[in-house]
Amino acid sequence: MHNEALIPYLLLLGDSALVQGQRLCEWCGHAPAIEEELALMNVGLDLVGQARNWLEYAAELLDDGSDADALAFRRDERAYRNLLLVEQPNGDFAVTMTKQFFYDAWHFAMLQGLIGSRDARIAGIAAKALKEVTYHLRRSSEWVQRLGGGTDESRQRMLAAIPALWRFSVELAAGSDNEVRLAEAGIAANPAAVGADWLKQVAAIFASVELPLPNAASHFYLDGRKGLHTEHLGLLLAEMQCLPRAYPDATW
Amino acid sequence: MYAQLVETGVKRVKSLEEMSPEERNFQEKIDAEIKIEAKNWMPEAYRQTLIRQISQHAHSEIVGMLPEGNWVTRAPSLKRKLQLMAKIQDEAGHGLYLYSAMETLGADRDEEIAKLHSGKAKYSSIFNYPTLSWADMGAVGWLVDGAAIVNQVVLQRTSYGPYSRAMIRICKEESFHQRQGYEILLTMMRHGTQAQRDMVQDAINRLWWPALMMFGPSDEHSPNSAQSMAWKIKRQTNDELRQRFIDQTVPQLELLGCTAPDPELKWNAERGHYDFGEIQWDEFYEVLKGNGPCNQERVATRRQAIEDGAWVREAAVAYARKQQNKNAA
Repeated sequence: MHNEALIPYLLLLGDSALVQGQRLCEWCGHAPAIEEELALMNVGLDLVGQARNWLEYAAELLDDGSDADALAFRRDERAYRNLLLVEQPNGDFAVTMTKQFFYDAWHFAMLQGLIGSRDARIAGIAAKALKEVTYHLRRSSEWVQRLGGGTDESRQRMLAAIPALWRFSVELAAGSDNEVRLAEAGIAANPAAVGADWLKQVAAIFASVELPLPNAASHFYLDGRKGLHTEHLGLLLAEMQCLPRAYPDATW
Repeated sequence: MYAQLVETGVKRVKSLEEMSPEERNFQEKIDAEIKIEAKNWMPEAYRQTLIRQISQHAHSEIVGMLPEGNWVTRAPSLKRKLQLMAKIQDEAGHGLYLYSAMETLGADRDEEIAKLHSGKAKYSSIFNYPTLSWADMGAVGWLVDGAAIVNQVVLQRTSYGPYSRAMIRICKEESFHQRQGYEILLTMMRHGTQAQRDMVQDAINRLWWPALMMFGPSDEHSPNSAQSMAWKIKRQTNDELRQRFIDQTVPQLELLGCTAPDPELKWNAERGHYDFGEIQWDEFYEVLKGNGPCNQERVATRRQAIEDGAWVREAAVAYARKQQNKNAA
């Protein structure tokens, strides 16, 4: 399989983890409890670490002198390949946790597919990440249950968060043609299976606290896999990339 | 020092002869270096002093996340971002650990945090200074964590068992943070550009004196020290610790190729210590009173986080209760 198929796939994995990690960094000092300060930073740390692994591999395949940092800090939003879901603003804790849960459920299914990848490097990174994401998914599932089945207010907030994020689930439910081909070659996770596992997990957790599961989301105009993002990513990157952009010759 | 001015409420240290049998028994244990544990008898003033000191220490860990959180979204490389995230996570953990130690004394975490938010409880003055450049992340690690370690290494031998054990655990992680902070500065000085070197010197200029203030007032203006020392809550005076910090930090400063913003700083061969200039004590007391550059923002941010999160905590409690009822049925 050619690198031009594999690189965008590695970027989908790496960029999604990085952008989700960046959003979690924004919570620092603002979480609803000290335990949550710890947990949000812990999950973010795992994700940024995973992003570095995926981006390192992508940079090696690119073989143009770039490294993981160059990919993270010198690419514009049109070159970013993350899911639209993870670039959405944090909103309140219900939005943050719903976003985390949707992402974790997808991420978990993806990594389960990837631990058997014929690409040993991918299988290795996925095996390490899966241990972390198993914990992430357990945690965000429990928060969806607590908020959905907690007080009237927390339930109302969940009922507002779900439809606001649901339209971005199109990207979780189906992959690109490129991914289908990579999956057929035994390298990528099967996107249809990932989508089905994702929905099953979401449906089960929602049902446990009687949160209504929306109908499958229809086509969405933008596509993170093609670098067609919402307006939120540009601002996120402006903040994240400001130092390497302002001091291009610097060593940190 | 993360707890730099702790009221003991005691005007004069009693002699053994003046003490009640209980007090004398307690003091003799202290003098024999036997640790005081949660269930042991202790003078009320000892208990209250420790609650104040440990809660100040815990609050400092939590408020101390904010100046670093200010740069975690802007860390300039993945490695630096990961280091900073790990450090912030450790600090939240230290806060939890210290609140637990404090609760062994019968204090309530939420009540003590409410005192922080109302301005009644203090935290280390250092966190009322803004972080204005990436170099501040290095300088905070090196100078601020460095000063905290000098204090905490001694507190590993503090007389109250749970506090002493918290310090042993926390010190290991703090030393790691300090080395990382220094390495950030060293990288910028040795491998960076002129703009980066200027950034480092500027960070040191801004944080040098505030770091020295972390050890609290000079001994002659430290009325609470005598009792804290007699109880062996404190093991060394503010000025002794400050001198030790300066003596060990100046060579590191020289290795960086930077200078301190103190024209009077020089080696005194006779004393075997560095001499240094007078601290701006007016500034120290102003910052402690709440008039520092970031006092209002820091407390407002913490208060806001807890107020905004009330519905989340209520949901967690309500859900846990429902689950309990379900299991009982």
